[in-house]
Amino acid sequence: MAQSSAKPAYNRTESSESSVTGAMETVLKPPVPSGSQIALEVPLRMQVRNLDFYYGKLRALHGVNLHIAANRITALIGPSGCGKSTLIRTFNRMHETVRGTRLEGEILLDGEDVFAQDVTRLRRRIGMVFQRPNPFPKSIFENVAYGLRINGLPAAQRGRLADAVEHSLRRAAVWDEVKDQLHKSAYALSGGQQQRLCIARALAVDPEMLLLDEPCSALDPVNTAKIEELLFHLKQNCTLVIVTHNMQQAARVSDASAFLLNGELIEFSPTPQLFTTPSDPRTEAYITGRFG
Amino acid sequence: MSPRLIWRKGVSIVMLSLTGVCALAGVSVLLIILGYLLWYGGKYIDWNFFTQLPKPVGETGGGMANAIVGSAKLLLLAALTGVPVGFLGGVYLSEFGGKTFSFMVRYMTDLLNGVPSIVMGIFAYTVVVLPMRTFSTLAGGLALGAMMIPIAVRSTEEFLHAVPRAMREGAMALGASKWRTISSVVVPAASRGILTAALLALARVAGETAPLLFTAFGNRYWSPGWGQPIASLPVMIFTYAVGPYEDWHRQAWAAGLVLLGLVLITNIVVRTLLSRGTSPQRP
Repeated sequence: MAQSSAKPAYNRTESSESSVTGAMETVLKPPVPSGSQIALEVPLRMQVRNLDFYYGKLRALHGVNLHIAANRITALIGPSGCGKSTLIRTFNRMHETVRGTRLEGEILLDGEDVFAQDVTRLRRRIGMVFQRPNPFPKSIFENVAYGLRINGLPAAQRGRLADAVEHSLRRAAVWDEVKDQLHKSAYALSGGQQQRLCIARALAVDPEMLLLDEPCSALDPVNTAKIEELLFHLKQNCTLVIVTHNMQQAARVSDASAFLLNGELIEFSPTPQLFTTPSDPRTEAYITGRFG
Repeated sequence: MSPRLIWRKGVSIVMLSLTGVCALAGVSVLLIILGYLLWYGGKYIDWNFFTQLPKPVGETGGGMANAIVGSAKLLLLAALTGVPVGFLGGVYLSEFGGKTFSFMVRYMTDLLNGVPSIVMGIFAYTVVVLPMRTFSTLAGGLALGAMMIPIAVRSTEEFLHAVPRAMREGAMALGASKWRTISSVVVPAASRGILTAALLALARVAGETAPLLFTAFGNRYWSPGWGQPIASLPVMIFTYAVGPYEDWHRQAWAAGLVLLGLVLITNIVVRTLLSRGTSPQRP
């Protein structure tokens, strides 16, 4: 198959033995257009270059290079502790909220260095949904409106605020379940509804990118299916990155998948390729369930 | 039954009764106090007690209206000084403090909490009464407020710490600044706990006598404004209980009952509000 013979330009398979310069070359190689590489047909939203990450002295990421295509779902997979959550949290600089962390390397959003930007603006452009639903102790309405309020929506636009809240709740496929109880506490909702509320909250500020850190790990299969379906709709006007330890989920929802192991990016390929013909033996070992 | 089993059962019974009796003794202290106060003070509480000034020495009757209002004014001042300082200090400790400085502040507030209340009185005497050259409501209120600070600091810190990190991250991931996250998400989430702690601290200092002896001093009349000596329930109880008149003793019992009643009511109301308002556990 052409897929397995042509090594994708953004696929860093020689990661473990390559030097830093070697890694640079891999990244800077111009993308080769190829029918099998869906990720390259569309513009890149985010580029991660030679990313090293440290918790104090502990090195959690080793020279990660990754390209995230616009309007696609990119999955980060790997065993617990491999650094996938650490990686996704650097995209919107959430790692800065933890003391004693250090980062080297480059992350570009639409070609601009994220570390040179105002963090408030950056996080408005890159939303995030967490592992466990974390609604605020406020009403459902206020949860969704929060992002708009802190970003300075004048009180005069109350009508527009209500519209924006409804729009976000609809996009997160939770409107029908909550429309009659918008002013009740968000805690009155079920776990799955809370998670979709959190997605609505993130969508309210209309981010270009949405990061999902194991968004379904606390949910039952029914709610997981709802969220996965929702992700399909969202990618029309949003770039999604999802961390998951569930390989079936990655295979179901994502367009491209990155496999991380011990802080290294082992393989990054279009999802069908990664799951059917992985080029690295470690990827194969992981997806066939030999470890992790 | 083997001797060993008999011995074990015997030890078990002895320990069970011992712990039970001690637990009962703990509760009975409150019951005895309540019973005593009700028995001796209950029959002297009447409308006059709440509306009239103390009668001149020798006359019977009269009330402690000025002491009730005085205690309220002192507590208001204490709350206005102690709660904001303690609250903001607690926010600092929980949200901003570096390691060494926070450790020092935490350690010192714990020490401050252990400072005998009469020393607090001397402190307020030195910094307020001496410069003003008069006993005053201000001095008494500040002494009580200083006593509330350590309680407010530590409880604020604890309740803020209990707010899950996930909730802070949710706000920060939406672009909220640290200050905004704290003021619009973290503090509201902890507000009920903090309010409870503040009210309990207020109830705690409401019964303090020692810090008032040479700050608020006492007054047999109304004390308008904040710059004059003022009566308070604890000091009135102290004065009347050691006084030589039968009628004073009766009034001291009544004042004790009123004070304890107010404190108990505050406690019960606060605890009811707290338990009723608990939000359901998140999944």
